[in-house]
Amino acid sequence: MEVPYIIKEREDTGLINSKLGIWIFLASEIMLFGGLFSAYIFLRLAAPPGDFARWASELSVPLATVNTLVLISSSVSMVMAWASLKLKDFPKYKMYMGITLLCSFIFLVIKYFEYTSKFSHHIYPSSSTFMAIYFTLTGLHGIHIIGGMIVMIYFWLPIGAKMWDSQPELFTNRVEVLGLYWHFVDLVWIFLFPVLYLL
Amino acid sequence: MSDDHSTESIQEHIRVYIMVFGALAVLTVVTVLASYLEVSTSEGIFLALIIASVKASLVAGYFMHLISEKNTIIWILVLTVVFFFIMLFLPLISYTDQVNI
Amino acid sequence: MSSNSHSHDHHDENFIQKYIFSVDHKVIGIQYGITSLLFLLFGFSLMAIMRWQLAYPDTAVPIVGFLFGESGTLAPEQYNSLGAMHGTIMIFLGVVPLAVGAFGNYLVPLQIGAIDMAFPKLNAASYWSYFVGGVIMMSSFFMPEGAARSGWTSYPPLSIFENGQTVWLISMIFLITSSLLGSMNIIVTIVQLRAPGLTWMRLSIFVWAQFVTSFLLVLAFPPLEAAAILQLMDRVAGTSFFLPSGLVLSGEIVDVAGYGSPLLWQHLFWFLAHPEVYVLILPALGIVGEILANNTRKPIWGFKSVVYSMIFLGFCSFIVWAHHMFLTGMGQAMSAFFQTTTMIISIPSVVILTSYFLSLWGGSIRFNTPMLFALAFLPMFGIGGLTGLPLGLAASDIYLHDTYYVIGHFHYVVAPGTIFALFAGIYYWFPKITGKKMNEMLGKLHFWPSLLFMNGIFMPMFIQGLAGVSRRLADGGESYAHASGVLHLNEFMTTSAFLLGIAQIPFIINIIMSLFSGEKAGRNPWDATTVEWAAPSPPLPHVNFDSEIEVYHSSYEYSVPDAKKDFTPQTEK
Repeated sequence: MEVPYIIKEREDTGLINSKLGIWIFLASEIMLFGGLFSAYIFLRLAAPPGDFARWASELSVPLATVNTLVLISSSVSMVMAWASLKLKDFPKYKMYMGITLLCSFIFLVIKYFEYTSKFSHHIYPSSSTFMAIYFTLTGLHGIHIIGGMIVMIYFWLPIGAKMWDSQPELFTNRVEVLGLYWHFVDLVWIFLFPVLYLL
Repeated sequence: MSDDHSTESIQEHIRVYIMVFGALAVLTVVTVLASYLEVSTSEGIFLALIIASVKASLVAGYFMHLISEKNTIIWILVLTVVFFFIMLFLPLISYTDQVNI
Repeated sequence: MSSNSHSHDHHDENFIQKYIFSVDHKVIGIQYGITSLLFLLFGFSLMAIMRWQLAYPDTAVPIVGFLFGESGTLAPEQYNSLGAMHGTIMIFLGVVPLAVGAFGNYLVPLQIGAIDMAFPKLNAASYWSYFVGGVIMMSSFFMPEGAARSGWTSYPPLSIFENGQTVWLISMIFLITSSLLGSMNIIVTIVQLRAPGLTWMRLSIFVWAQFVTSFLLVLAFPPLEAAAILQLMDRVAGTSFFLPSGLVLSGEIVDVAGYGSPLLWQHLFWFLAHPEVYVLILPALGIVGEILANNTRKPIWGFKSVVYSMIFLGFCSFIVWAHHMFLTGMGQAMSAFFQTTTMIISIPSVVILTSYFLSLWGGSIRFNTPMLFALAFLPMFGIGGLTGLPLGLAASDIYLHDTYYVIGHFHYVVAPGTIFALFAGIYYWFPKITGKKMNEMLGKLHFWPSLLFMNGIFMPMFIQGLAGVSRRLADGGESYAHASGVLHLNEFMTTSAFLLGIAQIPFIINIIMSLFSGEKAGRNPWDATTVEWAAPSPPLPHVNFDSEIEVYHSSYEYSVPDAKKDFTPQTEK
């Protein structure tokens, strides 16, 4: 016997288990990043006036803008990957998932350059509370990107993708759930970008 | 999700995804340009957050399908957002309300 | 991960699959249960050592004194370590895993007529994350610098510079992850896997309590996880999230960027830790409700009010947290706000307690062991709750904050409160879990002394607190003149603590004895109505029930007029 409502929705709630599960997980993530945003606000108030803005000017707006566009693109390609599965087009799915992986990788590479450029100018998390919260927020976000990429790689390579042959509907659901997580990661960045780089 | 999405409706969705992508790209540029406007700090914060919220709503509404999502999920998110704002603002208000020792 | 279809036949599971890395919620529930009970015992022994020191400060601690150095007495840092670890272990490794991980995991699927939790593998992951977190926490005792000693509250700046905190923080991250995975699982299970006919208002009080508790865990824990990351950065990466400028340590100004805020930690910590105390009490309230209905042969009085009160309580728990921070220089507006919300939150608690008391009226009360513990819970929780009121009002809190009064208050709620409810639950559900009955005489031998000695330990704390004795003092208040009149109570409390420990022996013997030679329990030894009693005792591996489950009635159809028996099971047409 199996746990029900894995592929077919439960009638009264209209949901499958994994969809409800991922949204609850995302609710907890809202509170996690929210805690850090709350810390940002508190620390900005506790710092001397203009201190945060001064430290923020050390950051590269052009690089972050590119990263924002890259991440948004990865969000689009992710939802297109899912749509391709709904249209039963597996090759298209592989292409779009590949693009998503590529965009994520580019994001991390740009972040790598951002971080190393800071370190080479002797700017570390310990340099100021702004830099501390900057590295923590973007670092935690980066860890979430890496986590997402690991799951993406699993569903892109045969080891995970072979589920398409045996249980296409379940596979589509899995990709949709991954997509929800990924869009959330994009969402966090949509707020991180202006808050850290532009304010 | 079950097969209640026909090929046509998926194609329709794809059109929407492309349009949202365009909007998001434009809004990203707008965000950056807006940061160069000569406004006060609090106005700047307000502006940046408004634009970010619009972008976030597009991602949440269309990419994450919240616009057609079931009530259970919507209510859980509403509850979460309420607590999110409480967590964001109450410490802030506590800080500004502090007794000056 | 592989798909959800079970391609292997369950009968072919090897020992490891069946008992170690099982995905069966019953096995996982028992794993949580055994692990948490062992941690509770360990946390108790830490307290016993502390209490020895408080009563007999110049005498070596018996048996384990050699662990603390030449003299066998505790140095202040060691006392502080025991204190911090006692709190941490009892809350995060003991009570919550027992109440939610053990009781929740084991009973929720059974009480809703499901075969397992919604995500069985995630369930196993949540247990093992707890286990790893527990091992890491325990390992801190063996670190050269020793275990954490900044209180379970881990306040900076002390916690940034004191020893043992890094391991504590890393352990907390594992424990929080475990909790998040588990509570998410419970919510999805309750929403999605209820049996046909099991509408929301037909759910048992226990399931409602677990449902609300899980929301608290999902939404309140992450800010602490965020704060723990920040504190870890302060300790390890030299940041100053919580360190103000110009902080002087050992005569020197600390070399950090500064402009951090210790208050930020307090806000983020208490944002979790207040809902956390409702996490401690809600499952207990759920268990007590079940047992009261069963042993009065009556439905819970005001069932719907109790359910709505639990939901309101859960919501309110998120907006009262700063009543732990009245003494931080808070302004009037915020102070007034949090006092008001704190007073408001007492209302649902009172509604629930009153409903429970009223449920006794006119009942045919059976005084078996679970019922004794459930009955004792009521006044004990009442004392705990009432003594919270002066703490929730700033004017009186200014005097009582961080005194023994606080320790008395919260222990009344958790110890003769929650833990009694958990004992009640163990006695009540043991027959279902093992198929054997527990011994009633040993049960009563466990109950009466426990009730007596719980009060012996914690009632005098109110007296000491009102006299102004501060908490977390390694010398128990000896160096303070204002404490001199009440110090003699330390011996009385310590003796009660040791006798309380001895009173647990009949319980331990009972469990072991009943497991091996207890009387066979049968399917429904308590003549109960809820769904779990429709399963065999113990329930079948993986599928739980041996028949299709459909629910026809609400949870507590006891003494229905004109019915054949004095109870109508939910699953009977």
